[in-house]
This record gives sequence, C-alpha cells and structure tokens, in this order.
Amino acid sequence: MKLPIGLQHGVLAGLLAGIGSATIFLLRVLRSLPLVALRPGLVVRQVYLVGVLSLVIIMISGLFVGMVLALQGYNNLVRFGAEESLGVIVALSLMRELGPVVAALLFAGRSGSAVAAEIGLMKATDQLSAMEMMAVDPIHRVVGPRFLAGLISLPLLVAIFTTLGIFGGYVIGVQLLGVDAGSYWGQIESAASFREDVLSGIIKSIVFGLLISWIAVFQGYTATATAEGVSRATTQTVVISSLAVLALDFVLTGLMFSGD
Amino acid sequence: MTQHDNLVELSRVRFLRGDRPIFDGIDLNVAAGSVTAFLGPSGTGKTTLLRLISGQLRPASGSVRVDGQEVPQLRRKALYALRRQMGMLFQSGALLTDYNVFENIAFPLREHTDLPESLIRHLVLMKLELVGLRGARALMPDELSGGMARRVALARALALDPAMIMYDEPFVGLDPISKGMIVRLVRLVNDALGLTSIVVTHDLEDVLQVADYCYLISQGKVMAHGTPEALRADDSPWVRQFMRGEPDGPVQFHYPASTYAEDLLGERR
Ligand SMILES: Nc1ncnc2c1ncn2[C@@H]1O[C@H](COP(=O)(O)OP(=O)(O)OP(=O)(O)O)[C@@H](O)[C@H]1O
Ligand SMILES: [Mg+2]
Repeated sequence: MKLPIGLQHGVLAGLLAGIGSATIFLLRVLRSLPLVALRPGLVVRQVYLVGVLSLVIIMISGLFVGMVLALQGYNNLVRFGAEESLGVIVALSLMRELGPVVAALLFAGRSGSAVAAEIGLMKATDQLSAMEMMAVDPIHRVVGPRFLAGLISLPLLVAIFTTLGIFGGYVIGVQLLGVDAGSYWGQIESAASFREDVLSGIIKSIVFGLLISWIAVFQGYTATATAEGVSRATTQTVVISSLAVLALDFVLTGLMFSGD
Repeated sequence: MTQHDNLVELSRVRFLRGDRPIFDGIDLNVAAGSVTAFLGPSGTGKTTLLRLISGQLRPASGSVRVDGQEVPQLRRKALYALRRQMGMLFQSGALLTDYNVFENIAFPLREHTDLPESLIRHLVLMKLELVGLRGARALMPDELSGGMARRVALARALALDPAMIMYDEPFVGLDPISKGMIVRLVRLVNDALGLTSIVVTHDLEDVLQVADYCYLISQGKVMAHGTPEALRADDSPWVRQFMRGEPDGPVQFHYPASTYAEDLLGERR
C-alpha cells in the first residue's frame, strides 16, 4: 500500500486503513456467527479458556478494589457523618465505572493477549493455511468461537467483579469499620436504579467485550507470520484494547449520564 | 475428477510480489494420474506455484485451471468444494498443535462428514497404518520428529480421499531412511489410491526416482520439461548445470541486486 509521504499523513492514513480493514474483518466474523452458534462445543471450550480461567484474577481484583473503595470512602464520609452512604458510594462506583473498566482491562491483559498470541502462532505455523486447504474456513473454526466467547465472558466477569467488590466493601465497611449492615445494603437498594446504574454497566461491559474480542482476533489473524510478529500482535492487543476501553468509557459515560 | 487428461493446466500465468514478477507467463500441465515434479532453485516460487494452484493466491493474469475449473474465479464455496479434492502437505507439516495425531487426522473427517465415531476411528487407523504410524496415534505434534510429523500430515491430507495431492519440499531435512520412506510413500500412495501428485522440491536425485514428468523452473519461466530420462539426456547449459549442481552457469544463485561494487561504495542503500 502506498501512503502519502508526510509523517502525519502517513500515520493518519495508516490508522484509517487499519480501521477499515479491521471493520471488513469484523463483518466477516459477524457473518460467521450463525454457523459458529451451531457448534456450541467449540464456543463452550473457548468460554472456559478465556472466561472461566480468568475467574480467579477477576474475583481477587474485584474484592480488593471494593475493599479499597470502602476504606477511602469511609475516611471521607465519616468527616461529614455520612458513613451510612458507604454502600452507595462503593456500589455505584463499581457498577457504573470500575467494574466494567477494571474488569475489561484485566480481561484484555489476561485473555485478549492469549487469543491474539494463539491465533498469530497458528498463522505463523501454517495451521490456518492448512485448515483452508482442508476446506475449513479458519474464520468459522478458529476466529468465530473465540470472538463469541469473549463477547459472552466479559459481561459475566464484570458482574462477578462488581458483586465481589460490593462484598469487599461490606467486609471492610461493616465488619471492620462498624458501618451499620442494614444501612449499607438498604442504601444500595434504594439509591441504585436499574436503568441508570445496572443497565449502564451491562451496556459498557458488552461494548468492551466486543471491542477487546475484535481487537484480539484481528491482531492475531493479521499478525506477521514470525515470532516477532506474534509478539507485536500480543502487545498491540493489550495496548490498543486498554486505550480503546478507557476512551470509549469516557464517551459512553458522557452519553448515558449527561441527562441528569 | 478424472474426465480431463490434464488435471492442472496453467497458461501464461503472471504473478507479482510488489513490482517484482515471480512468474512471467508460465505454462505447465499436470497429467491426471501422474507424479509430476516442479524443480527449481530456492526462491524461484515453487511454493507460490502451489498456492496459485490451490487458490490461496491469485495470478495477475493468465489462467489456472484445475479439473476444468478456473480457480481464480471461483467463489469461496466452490473453491472449498474443489479443495476437498486436494490434499496439501506443508513443508512444516502444519499439524494442529492442540490435537494429538489421531485427532489431527480425524479433523477433516469430523469437519466435513457426519460419520459415526466407530467409522472415523476405522478410517483414521487405516491412514495411519498406510504411513506406518498407527502406534503413534496418541502422541501430540510436539512429540513427533520432523519426518513423523510429515507422515502424519500425509495421512491427514489423505483423510478425505482427495483426487490430487501436493507435496511442498517433502524431503527436506530428513535422514536417508525417512527420506527413502517418503519417496516410496509418494509413489505408493499415488498408485494405490489412484491420485495425481505434485512434488515440489530442489532435491534432484530423490525426485527423479519417483516422478513421471518434471518441470524445471527458474527466473519466472519453465526452463525445461520432460521425463526424468529426457532431462538427464538434455545437454542445454541450463539443464546441465541444474542437474549436475554446478556452481557456475546460467542459473542465478543471487537474489536480484545492484552491482556489488555499488553497494560497497555506499551509493545506494
Ligand atoms: N509473503 C511474501 N511477500 C513478499 N514476497 C514473498 C512472499 N512470499 C514469498 N515471496 C517471494 O517470492 C519468491 C518465491 O517464494 P517461494 O516461497 O514461492 O519460493 P520457493 O521456490 O518455494 O523457494 P524455497 O525452495 O526456498 O522454498 C521469493 O523470492 C520470495 O522472496
Ligand atoms: Mg518453498
């Protein structure tokens, strides 16, 4: 591909060309999904690899994030005598922002990188070409199930992260610092709304799941077929997904919470 | 797949990598039922040729016909239907590293058929027996030697009973015993299963034993073709040089470049 000579033009044109080919690739993957859905076994295996195996890191992180939130929140709230609101602070922060964003960042590092490396390595060792020569489309057989598994797994992981975080807040706030258990849970129940808080978190987690899965399979599939190419695809997956998650979180928050 | 005399026909095929022509109007035919060898120095585009025949690459111009079908014009579905009739042996073997030997050979059967497990087992063991690796069925690809991996890949390429099989450098890096075994397998498989075989190699002695017909390819062109006997007797300088492995002659060993003096003087990068 011939790009304009100037550096800015080069970078911009390269970026646009990259987004363009990634979009065409995404459409191919999306078109394969009905066929992929007919092979639930393949998807379940990938959900296990990208989702279930991420459970430990997601649960531990969720717990600690919730505990830290409670510590920080309590120290500030107690100055205004408002420590009963601790539950709301912890729960809303987790549901709206920290749950989707932190879980997505962890997911990109733990699973996105693994998917990109695996597909890239299959390409570098001619396994994808071999499948094509056996009249098996690698988009159906390899890419589709991994993409779908990411899409399914991240929202569930976010839910688990958030739940564990709220529990971590309870352990620190109620058990350790002596906030009343009734007001911790009661305030969450009365202040958190389904549409605003739960739904916004779900939407974010679905968008992030799509984004990370897309970036990971695209980076792997288009990796240069060398050891260095695979390592670059892995790094790029984590870097691009992390930046994209943070940027898109800002946009989504702006869209969903600008009304009130 | 046998109604045509020539299973594969290439005419006036041009193929470019960037601005560099790899093939500049190449013509060749592979007779149905034969073992045909494509010989040529490293980097002339033998692997590229196989990828053109199997539709993984498209020529800039010219016609690539397999079994009477124009490969570059096939839609994905028709191309995949054609590929079910082709087996290809990659130089590396390209076994699926997640699966053991048995599952690798069962893979195309499972993907393309609904055969019951007992029949799949039967078919897989039959192909493994053919390549002498029935005992290795539980091994993972990383536990195989290079020669074993290639034999497993051969068994996998044969799993769907293709009409044609392409071998990319099947003899490279093998000890003499394994090499002799692969040479014999190529012939055995071709005759016993009634296939058409294409063998890509630069290993002259072995392929001359097994091939019915050879094409010598260099600099984007077919330099000579004929039966092994005819090529041995050919005394054009190019063929002589290649057949005897002489360093000096018309065959280029160097990748195209500016003159060495210019590079030494640092006038160009
Ligand atoms: N992906 C690619 N991009 C650009 N050029 C390529 C690519 N693959 C191969 N080439 C070029 O095409 C030419 C033919 O390559 P090919 O792999 O077909 O050679 P070959 O005859 O199989 O060589 P060998 O005997 O060493 O395997 C080489 O000169 C190589 O530089
Ligand atoms: Mg080659």
